[in-house]
Amino acid sequence: MTLPVQYLWLIPALPLLAAGIGALTPRNGRNLAAGSAILAMAVAFVLSCFALNGALQAPATHAVYNFAWFDLGHDALRLGLLLDPLTAFMCVMVTFVGLLIFIFSLDYMKEDPNYSRFFCFMSLFAAAMLGLLVANSLLLLFICWELVGLASYLLIGFWFHKPSAAAAAKKAFITTRIGDLGLLLGMLWLYDSSGSLLFYDGGHGVLEAANLASLTGQTLSCGLAVSTAIGLLIFCGAAGKSGQFPLHVWLPDAMEGPTPVSALIHAATMVAAGVFLVARAYPLMSADTLIATAPVHALTVVAFIGALTALLGALIACGQTDIKRVLAFSTVSQLGYMMLALGVGSWTAAIFHLLTHAFFKALLFLGAGSVIHAAHHEQDIRSLGGLRPRMKITFATFAIGMMALSGVPFLFSGFWSKEAILHAAHEWNVSPLPLYAGLTAVVLTAFYMTRLVAETFFGQARSPAAEHAHENHAVMTGPLVLLAVGAVLLGFLGTPACPWLQARLSGTELHSSMSQLFASGGLLLLSIGLVGAGLVTGWWLYGRKLRQTAEHRDPLAVASPAVMAALASRLGFDELYAATVGRLNSLTAALANGLDRWVIGGLVNFLGQFGVFSGTLSRETAESTLNHGFDQVSASIRGSGQRYSRAQTGEAHGYLRVIAMAFIVLVLLLVLGGSR
Amino acid sequence: MNSFPLLTLIIFIPWLGALLLAQMSRAHPKIIRGLALLFSLSTLALGLVAWANFTPAAAGYQFVEQHRWISFLNVSYHFGLDGMSLLLVLLTGLVAPAALLASWKIERDTRLFSLLLLFLQGSALGVFLALDFFPWFIFWELSLVPAFFLIKLWGGPGASRAAYQFVIYTIGGSVFMLLAFAAIFAAVGTFDFVELAVLAQNGGLATKMSGPALTAIFLGVLLGLAVKVPLFPFHTWLPSAYAEAPTGASMFLTGIMSKMGVYGFFRILWPLFPAQLHAAAPVLIGLALGGVVLGAFAAMAQTDLKRMVAYSSINHVSYCLLALFAVSSCGSEPARDSVVPALSGALLQMFNHGLSASALFFGIGVLEVRSGGKRGLNDFGGVRTAAPVFAGLCGLAMFSSLGLPGLNGFVGEFLVFRGVFGLAPWAAAIGCLGLFATAWFLLTFWQRVFHGPVGPGVAGFKDLSGLEIATLAPGIALMFVLGVWPQLLVGLFNPLVTAWSGHLP
Repeated sequence: MTLPVQYLWLIPALPLLAAGIGALTPRNGRNLAAGSAILAMAVAFVLSCFALNGALQAPATHAVYNFAWFDLGHDALRLGLLLDPLTAFMCVMVTFVGLLIFIFSLDYMKEDPNYSRFFCFMSLFAAAMLGLLVANSLLLLFICWELVGLASYLLIGFWFHKPSAAAAAKKAFITTRIGDLGLLLGMLWLYDSSGSLLFYDGGHGVLEAANLASLTGQTLSCGLAVSTAIGLLIFCGAAGKSGQFPLHVWLPDAMEGPTPVSALIHAATMVAAGVFLVARAYPLMSADTLIATAPVHALTVVAFIGALTALLGALIACGQTDIKRVLAFSTVSQLGYMMLALGVGSWTAAIFHLLTHAFFKALLFLGAGSVIHAAHHEQDIRSLGGLRPRMKITFATFAIGMMALSGVPFLFSGFWSKEAILHAAHEWNVSPLPLYAGLTAVVLTAFYMTRLVAETFFGQARSPAAEHAHENHAVMTGPLVLLAVGAVLLGFLGTPACPWLQARLSGTELHSSMSQLFASGGLLLLSIGLVGAGLVTGWWLYGRKLRQTAEHRDPLAVASPAVMAALASRLGFDELYAATVGRLNSLTAALANGLDRWVIGGLVNFLGQFGVFSGTLSRETAESTLNHGFDQVSASIRGSGQRYSRAQTGEAHGYLRVIAMAFIVLVLLLVLGGSR
Repeated sequence: MNSFPLLTLIIFIPWLGALLLAQMSRAHPKIIRGLALLFSLSTLALGLVAWANFTPAAAGYQFVEQHRWISFLNVSYHFGLDGMSLLLVLLTGLVAPAALLASWKIERDTRLFSLLLLFLQGSALGVFLALDFFPWFIFWELSLVPAFFLIKLWGGPGASRAAYQFVIYTIGGSVFMLLAFAAIFAAVGTFDFVELAVLAQNGGLATKMSGPALTAIFLGVLLGLAVKVPLFPFHTWLPSAYAEAPTGASMFLTGIMSKMGVYGFFRILWPLFPAQLHAAAPVLIGLALGGVVLGAFAAMAQTDLKRMVAYSSINHVSYCLLALFAVSSCGSEPARDSVVPALSGALLQMFNHGLSASALFFGIGVLEVRSGGKRGLNDFGGVRTAAPVFAGLCGLAMFSSLGLPGLNGFVGEFLVFRGVFGLAPWAAAIGCLGLFATAWFLLTFWQRVFHGPVGPGVAGFKDLSGLEIATLAPGIALMFVLGVWPQLLVGLFNPLVTAWSGHLP
């Protein structure tokens, strides 16, 4: 079975329908809302599989279906749907992971009074996310892009009665909107210079050769090609959505949302949308690489930002004590890896890592959710501990996720996808720095994940909540097991020996041979060694001598209090922004208000006073005379039922009334006369 | 054209209603309200009739009524409707009944209130349909009378001063416009917009009048319109007028009256003075940007919610003018690809702002009613817990105003920015600051009022009544429809806008 491109809209439409049903069901219609959401997701998953099947039959082509949205002059503004392996793989991943997370939520959210609202928002998110994936137009992509932002806002603030959740929701929306303004400008520029926003349109699309040649051919006064400038603006949007430095600050705060939300939106799918966008626009982003004289290439910026983010995220994760924040900074770091891969020229490696990461990070978040659920919303790893014997399935699956994320060799998917990225960074001839950053982050990743697992699951329970924790229902552990299976198997789709996924994504021939497995032997061994080093250090510090009480000082804090304090406070980015952007904003607002009230308002008042003076009347008497006059008029209008025809001579407004009456009568006469 | 006086009916049925109410001094308030609503709804009904019989492709004026009126002044009773007028007639048909419904609970002098609102509605419709300066100006000025009394008699504590400022400021602007048209009449002997536009195009105006005189006339008309819209920095009357007015009047003022000024820019200033507008465009773009950016940032500094929405109105309406000025700024070789989106965006933005801003004012009105007159940013908290339906509908209006894709506001703003970017890229880039600030203050509003723990006095909030839902729901539904299917409105004016872009000087 295949799904033709013109029916691709069904995939986002089904969850949208479920969202509509969820919005209209009353609060007690819990099963209807949840049931329709899960059913819609399941059908969308099946359809996505059909679409993938079709896309794999002709992986090198971009099947499109374009349609007019509304008229614009002699032409129309057109949107479209696009089906290629990139879209199809992403759709399958989003619907599958989404479905498992929905099922997990059945149990996780069951005590929430706004249960049906939750599934409504989740379905809305899924619809927007899938719409973003199937879009063949930057405009349609942008529309869905903003809608996933809305869903994210609504779900971060799902427990809106908590001030911290309300603040985090706003912060997420505003921070990503800063990036989105860049994306908007990039889109406007692209539209203006290309006359279209369709990606593929039979040779006229913005990602097709003719248009790219014209975009790279134009140069700005600063020496940048137009395509570079547009690419960088588009990257602003991607950086905001994907939590890249310096716009990463919203993502850890987004953990205020329910944990399934963190798993789906802030780990597996939405935050990867920025990576997807750059991959989707890759022909445009990479168009300038052929211009040798360009001062900077768009992708170079992407690579450095990605590398920096990978490093910073991993660093800060080492100093967090909230189980979800550790994972959040880990997500920031992993998204940095993906951007790094895009920047150094291997978008297929980025998508490979995106797909594997979606599985193991969703697994880790749901595992964390399982822990939090069992431990009565205790999220501080210092107060957990001793959960391994109490929650066997959760522990086993979490450990698989941890090993996949750390990049434990050969068996786990994260190893292969991270290897592909490091390999690409190694081959990048612009600078070795991203590779170094990536390798350093490998150690840190293995380190903080070991710390997380040791603190959470080993040792003794350090709070009553942890003591009383017990394994959850199969509704929650089932998705964990399935995701764990994915977190292992998915890696074999893209090993260097047989890079099937990469070949299908790029539509090229598949060259498989075992010899390629060790083609870059040195790098492979180095990264395996670094993973080992991270694991060992982590265990040395946290596993060897397990924490006894929640108040016990962190070994890292003992070793270097200053470093730990800096990491725990997230290197002070939030404070920095509050002191700069936040203050600048309030200042501008106060300035605008002051200008308005005192300067312009003052000027107007002055002119007004001047007018009064020139009338040789003092302001007071003018006020009172005028006031008096108006009061009389209002009184007279109030009682005008009987008296309206009696013109009040000497009253300006009385005259006006007469004029109005006369006008109406006149018009009536004309109408009667004219319609004969 | 057929001889059925559709436009006359559209304009004067609300006035007939006002006259009727004036006679009914003894009728029960319920009957008064019902009758007023009926007359008010006539605009929507007749607007839909006009829509059904409207031929968008014709691009010119339709349902034209022209009769000689005052011979010695060469004034004619000349009315006509094109895509832009139709759009605004429909908007009036939506907002005016909603404004009446929003005032349903006003007990003090229901009759006079309804009467004034109908009077205001008819005047606004006259402005949107008149094609001769003389009747146009009469409607323009008459609209001030009911607006003044609505603010002064039913407004808040500072209403008296706000109403004075509003009327005197606006009349001050209009005086210059009147003088300007008197001068035009003296030179060419006609008040007819259509004839004047032809004269402007074929150079007839320029040959009859000296350059400086024409510039002075242009400035006079500009001033009159700029105060009405208002264009920065002529906006200082607006925040207090909108804030002090009763909810229904605020809805009408922001929804319809601010469009009268924008309409004037498109109908009068642009066709009659293209060369002068072109010359002044760089400055005017700066002023419109001032409205966009400073309006949004000033809104951020407000703690009175009504003032906040009022400033946000300045920001939103300035987008329409920004688009027009950007179009007129391009010289002899207009980038036609950008002109059509800019103009289409401006027209859509007029309609969309009318829907979303009046819905927001209504929402704040609901807060005021529930809390006994409070409307401070920090007076509430947790309203979403107490009144989820209200929060949902108000949230939709907020996101529409914020320009969220999928709702109506986005389409207009996107097209405006698309057009302005092609004509004046830096203006578009600076304008983005306004988008950013708008998101910031609207979400702050939402966070403080609707989220967080339930504030003191909020716990007893009742959710929306059926009447209140009926007031808000049609607009909200349209926000969805127009966000997904903008062709519904674009189809009405696209041929007109296309024709405009073809006639650019």
